[in-house]
Amino acid sequence: MNNTFYKKSLRITYLALLLLAALLVSTSIVFAQDDIPTDDDVNEVAKQLYCPVCENTPLDVCPTEACRQWRELIRTQLGEGMTEQQIKDYFVANYGARVLSEPPRTGLNWLVYILPPVIILLGAFFLFRSFREWTKASATAATISAERSESESSPAKDDYVARLEEELKKRK
Amino acid sequence: MTENIPQKRGVPLWAQISIWVFLVALLVLVGIILGKRQQGNVQPGDKIPDFSLPLFSGYEYAGKSEVKLSDFQGKVVVLNFWASWCKPCEQEAAELEEAWKSYEADGRVVFLGADYVDTEPEARAYLKKFGITFSNGPDMGTKISQMFRISGVPETYFIDPNGVLYYVKIGPFVSVDEIKSIVAQKLP
Amino acid sequence: MLAEFGFGVLVVSLVVAIYSGTAAVNGALNKSSAMVESARRAMLLTFPLISIAAGTLIYLLVNNHYEVAFVYEVTSRSMPTYLKVTAWWGGQAGSLVFWSWLLAVFTSAVTLRKWDRDIEFLPWVVLVSAVTLTFFLGMTVIFENPFARYWLANGNVAPSMFSPASGATIFTPDDGQGLNPLLRHPGMVIHPPMLYLGFVSFVIPYAFAMAALITGRTDDRWIRITRRWALWAWLFLSFGLVLGGRWAYDVLGWGGYWGWDPVEIAAFMPWLTGTAFLHSVMIQEKRGLLKHWNMILIILTYALVIFGTFLTRSGVLSSVHAFANSPIGPFFMGFVSLTLVASVALVIWRWPILRSETEMKSMLSREALFLLNNLLFISILVVCFWGVIFPLVSELFTGQKVTVGPPFYERATAPLFAGLLFLMAVAPLSAWGHSTVQTLGRAIWKSVTAALVIVVVLFFTYTKNIVALVGFFLVALALSATINEFWRGARARQKTQNENFFTAISRLMGRNRRRYGGYIIHISMALMAIGILGIEVFQTQTQGTLAAGESMDISGYTVEYRELASWDSTGEGVNHTRAVVDVYKNGIYLGELNPRIDYFFDSQQNMTIPGQRSTLRDDLYVLLVDWQPVSSIGATFKIFVNPLVNWLWIGSLVFLLGVIFAAWPDNDPAEETARRNVSRSNRQPSAAD
Repeated sequence: MNNTFYKKSLRITYLALLLLAALLVSTSIVFAQDDIPTDDDVNEVAKQLYCPVCENTPLDVCPTEACRQWRELIRTQLGEGMTEQQIKDYFVANYGARVLSEPPRTGLNWLVYILPPVIILLGAFFLFRSFREWTKASATAATISAERSESESSPAKDDYVARLEEELKKRK
Repeated sequence: MTENIPQKRGVPLWAQISIWVFLVALLVLVGIILGKRQQGNVQPGDKIPDFSLPLFSGYEYAGKSEVKLSDFQGKVVVLNFWASWCKPCEQEAAELEEAWKSYEADGRVVFLGADYVDTEPEARAYLKKFGITFSNGPDMGTKISQMFRISGVPETYFIDPNGVLYYVKIGPFVSVDEIKSIVAQKLP
Repeated sequence: MLAEFGFGVLVVSLVVAIYSGTAAVNGALNKSSAMVESARRAMLLTFPLISIAAGTLIYLLVNNHYEVAFVYEVTSRSMPTYLKVTAWWGGQAGSLVFWSWLLAVFTSAVTLRKWDRDIEFLPWVVLVSAVTLTFFLGMTVIFENPFARYWLANGNVAPSMFSPASGATIFTPDDGQGLNPLLRHPGMVIHPPMLYLGFVSFVIPYAFAMAALITGRTDDRWIRITRRWALWAWLFLSFGLVLGGRWAYDVLGWGGYWGWDPVEIAAFMPWLTGTAFLHSVMIQEKRGLLKHWNMILIILTYALVIFGTFLTRSGVLSSVHAFANSPIGPFFMGFVSLTLVASVALVIWRWPILRSETEMKSMLSREALFLLNNLLFISILVVCFWGVIFPLVSELFTGQKVTVGPPFYERATAPLFAGLLFLMAVAPLSAWGHSTVQTLGRAIWKSVTAALVIVVVLFFTYTKNIVALVGFFLVALALSATINEFWRGARARQKTQNENFFTAISRLMGRNRRRYGGYIIHISMALMAIGILGIEVFQTQTQGTLAAGESMDISGYTVEYRELASWDSTGEGVNHTRAVVDVYKNGIYLGELNPRIDYFFDSQQNMTIPGQRSTLRDDLYVLLVDWQPVSSIGATFKIFVNPLVNWLWIGSLVFLLGVIFAAWPDNDPAEETARRNVSRSNRQPSAAD
């Protein structure tokens, strides 16, 4: 009789231990779910992407069902440990380069980044050169223009007051 | 009197040429793009260039996980563009599957589904929901849909055994008979 | 019946416009003043004609005439009457009529002025106006007819002006599709009209510029005439842009005011050249310089208006703003090409006679700084233009579609805008003719010191961000330098006139509205810069799902979700879902906000309206993103805190005041003469004759 009781209590203990183990495992699963990327994490990445279907709408803002699915996709990918760059690469591979907010720096796209500064600098250069020509031209009649400029080079304040007085006198 | 002021010069020749070249280039660029926009999708009679479509696992064709249009030389190809987020696509999903089933044994007709700008989990759920069995895969980078110049989903393109497009359906089919009657046009 | 009448009137207007242009050319070439007068009267006639056509269209819109295709597309029974009127410009066909009507308004107004002194300009101004009107009316009549009706023929319903086949009958749908919900907003009443006003009114300065080139009269006359037109055009355009920003901020739910969307940029580019023009003409008036620049700038402004309108309406650009693909593309392309080619050819032909009367002597003189100003504005234009065009280039040469978005524009234009802020501070202090580093330094050191002090204070109290600090320094510099101008001028008057300070200031401003109005505008720009810096550099956002009673924290605010209600407003065909949130800061209750989502049944689209709490310090901006319909399990909110953003709107109000002040006609004839004398004396060539 002692044997049966002993066996029974062992069985109960085993069951209890099993139950405890199951509980522990399930709570650890619950803890793992707390690591789900937040909406803010998702928006951080989505902000930099454009909706593949709508026109010129950033992915974090786009209200359509499809965009909601893409944001959930980003959430899953972040949860799997993908980096921002990897997620962007994934989107480009699947949906084309237009999902990026800037053209990728490859091939012909370098023109986007290089041409404006080149043109602006060229423009500034031409302007500067023309300016030099003008000032050189005026320097040929140096003496007389120097005398004239003398009277005009007074500090702006007195110049203004002088002219103001002159005009006011005329009108009085 | 005014010798030291810049002379009455015209615009130098190099500047004139640059300006006109730029203007003409701009107008030509915009004109060509305008032409493209006005083109619409590919039309019956156009030869379809070869393209490759990777397939979802479980939706392979004859064991192949990626197919090319040239693989189907000699067969009628029904290429359907769809997406899981597209409500009108759902109206024709069952009809497409039914039509496929009726031609599967024949072997002269291929149904292909190109998933347009979609996410895989949702796409699979859609395919499962309608019991689709014909080969389906994502249109990676929207290359295929750009080639066909689709303007939305669903659109279905019927290609004859010689690789020439012969019918375009914009929007969902209303019945299985509609699909079959179009396929029948190219089946001797 | 009414639709046919409206169409008929449009066709008559088109014929009259064609006649007007032909008569104008004829009269000019044959030196027949009778012909030219006839052309002028024909131009005047287009206004009542197009008004009648427009009135007819509005009548059809307001009275639910859904057999008219345009009415069906843009109105529905659930829309209130004022929105049905604004639907006039809610679609391509109607808005082209709106364009034509505005064009007729302005060109008629200009034909009514006294032409005695400028009679040789008249035929050419009429010609340019007539050609433009012909194109817009032509596009409407031939391709985008707002009066086309639905005809039922052989089981098919299709829009057409006249019966497509015998036995076809008119088809009348019960209800219309309705305007896109995003457009059903008071902003719709004023933003598009304001923008169109700006665009269209630039035709007049352009027409005078063309007339000046054609007749060879490139002295100041054409600039004097068009300066006030250009200023008002610029005001409308500026305000249209600001209103667009405010509307986007209030209604579109992405917490921003400018998205660098290609269509937004298409409206911004003419503003850039227009602003450069308004500054540059001062130099031509005072010193007879920069004539080439001014001609180019005003032509560029109009060319960009036309080019931008074309890109937006033809379907070439993809954008949330763009109209759908339209058949007007090729025809419009022809008009754009004609405009650009004719303008370039004329400028090149007449280049030699646009010579300057004096020359620039110092790189720091006011003339030179204005030249630098032009360069900066053109540089920003280059960045914007290339950013809009490049996706087309990429599509053509590589077949790959790319997006050029905010990172590109912000990075490229930020230093250029900073340069403009700096110039705003320095240029008014520079002298005409001769300026050195010393003279400028003497004029500006006080403002620099004041700005530095402010920045140091900000460094210790507000932020350590370098970009923001540089921005704030430039803003402070511009503000103190400009305010100093008022101070100095008032003190000068006090010394010479023995007035008290306030009389001095008001007389000072009253005697020189242009200058001091301009300074007020500069101040408004600096204020707007504060708002832009605040929201761009310091914006914070967060998103999360809350159950009732839970709260979220952001930047010192606590937002607590209280409750949510959903109800239909059947009269307007809308379902409202409104959340109530309580706002706390540091434990103190600040109030409640009501973000909501409106769902429109007819178009099955949502509109998200934020709950906003606005202060000078920042904006708390709460959006209801999503909610669980069954019981309040939770609602998802997106919250932005936008520091300093309200300075942007305050700045725009100051801007409005500044422009009105600057454009107000001067009522003192003696003061006009005085100013003209000063200008004339400044233009004597300084070399010996």
